Amino acid sequence: MTQAGNTIMQTVRPDRSTRFDVEEVRRDFPILREKVRGKPLVYLDNAATSQKPQVVIETLQKYYSRENANIHRGIHFLSERATQAYEDARAKVGGFLNAAESREIIFVRGTTEGINLVAQSYGRKFIGEEDEIILSAMEHHSNIVPWQILCEQVGARLRIIPMNDDGELLIDEYERLLSDRTKVVAVTHLSNALGTINPIKQIIQIAHRHGVPVLVDGAQAVPHLKVDVRNLDCDFYAFSGHKLYGPTGVGVLYGKASLLDAMPPYQGGGDMIRSVTFEKTLYNVLPYKFEAGTPNIAGGIGLGAAIDYLSQVGLDLVAAYERELLDYATDVVSTITGVQIIGTAKEKAGILSFVLEGVHAHDVGTILDQEGIAIRTGHHCAMPVMQRFGVPATARASLAFYNTKEEVDALVGAIHKVKRVFGR
Amino acid sequence: MTGLSELYQEVILDHNNSPRNFREIDGATQIAEGYNPLCGDRAVVYLQLDNDVIGDISFQGSGCAISIASASMMTVSLKGKTRTEAEDLFQRFHSMVTGAADRAIEPQALGKLAAFSGIREFPVRVKCANLAWHALHAALDGNRETVSTEEGGSDATLTADVQG
Repeated sequence: MTQAGNTIMQTVRPDRSTRFDVEEVRRDFPILREKVRGKPLVYLDNAATSQKPQVVIETLQKYYSRENANIHRGIHFLSERATQAYEDARAKVGGFLNAAESREIIFVRGTTEGINLVAQSYGRKFIGEEDEIILSAMEHHSNIVPWQILCEQVGARLRIIPMNDDGELLIDEYERLLSDRTKVVAVTHLSNALGTINPIKQIIQIAHRHGVPVLVDGAQAVPHLKVDVRNLDCDFYAFSGHKLYGPTGVGVLYGKASLLDAMPPYQGGGDMIRSVTFEKTLYNVLPYKFEAGTPNIAGGIGLGAAIDYLSQVGLDLVAAYERELLDYATDVVSTITGVQIIGTAKEKAGILSFVLEGVHAHDVGTILDQEGIAIRTGHHCAMPVMQRFGVPATARASLAFYNTKEEVDALVGAIHKVKRVFGR
Repeated sequence: MTGLSELYQEVILDHNNSPRNFREIDGATQIAEGYNPLCGDRAVVYLQLDNDVIGDISFQGSGCAISIASASMMTVSLKGKTRTEAEDLFQRFHSMVTGAADRAIEPQALGKLAAFSGIREFPVRVKCANLAWHALHAALDGNRETVSTEEGGSDATLTADVQG
């Protein structure tokens, strides 16, 4: 068996250039050449899932064509090579997050499973009756429901950090919520419905002053921001591969080794054990203790390829370009009469959520779709956010570094078309 | 634009802008709620049945233009109809919007409701047009459970829907 050990792979390679060239990166994504409904695809639904670069697609194909085998078990050539590739991917993720050790990287199905793992493993062991779990008002359902399930099981309760009308968390209110009853804080790094970047380092510092660990939902943040889990000093950080230009069905839970070591397994099965008798089972070491059953091997390797790709393009350049594009989109969309932007925090990335007066978001979505423009409409799995802003749904354009100003202009043109259809 | 103008016909936009019978009925004999959790559309249908005749019908709710207009036009079509006539219209409407092949579509029998025939070209929106009608169906059945047209895809089967 190849152990994840302490190796961390250096993923930061020299940038392809010091300048970001959107046309060059667009050529890396074959789907961007597709036409939908006879029009060039304008894909602005990246917060739901991102598109995949050719190198990720080829990695999956190569794995299944030439390398497929089960890992951590076989003594044969292919198994050894697949194991190595999978553990290399783990080390790449560790480097990407700047984790101290590879064994702190648990492969899961996605952010949702990562949060469920912490709620059920850490939560059921360390959280009890009358204890409190602090969430924020802008959480995705995946960072609400697992904690509600835990609350029902152990008799704990949720406390919610409120936000202002711009979609920014009220940190003073958060400080007031913390008490000796607080056992965990679980907050999103970047809101999927509003685009707000939360002051996550400050949130963690405040929690740590009370000795409370923090889980960060990083599903939306990792594609847009450089994340350094040691600098943040976060206790858990969860994200999904498919929003980071990788395959679906694979994600990551980072946890501090000391915490993960103290936690019981989440699921039982193969690979997570040292020895099994009918009387007693000894569990495996990290990270395998939390990886029962054959994992998504190809997915993990594909995620590693996506991280390599993103590192080559340069996450700093990506972030700067996306910032400029979001500013442009915000400017041109907000000047359309009848449009109201939902989520106007000072610190934002990637997401432009809006409502159009007198037109439901679903009708906006249908008409944009006829123009080849893919956006998300609805409550974005964040119903409490919709309730907070008093809207049933929003239309959400979410950006990636392969989007262009021309695509934003197409969005604006299509919103005008919505207004024409509805006589607004 | 052909598809879009078929979908968002003048009469649909008109009912969306000014929904008819958008109110509660005090002492309604039947009430049922339609709710699609994925998209958030909601329609509560109120019925006043007098000896199997729909003496009054109204709705309240929120949603997209298709769901609001469909609910509004449904109430207009059904006032004064018998329970049997209402059920028949429900079946016809359902067949029209889903394009069900096993039932001949006779737009003339649907009157203004034929405006929704264009929705067949927009499979993901069929559930919007159907929502209030399925609530009606539940109300006529005396089913108090919230019904949805989302289960099992863009248009769930009738039986799945009415069982809620």
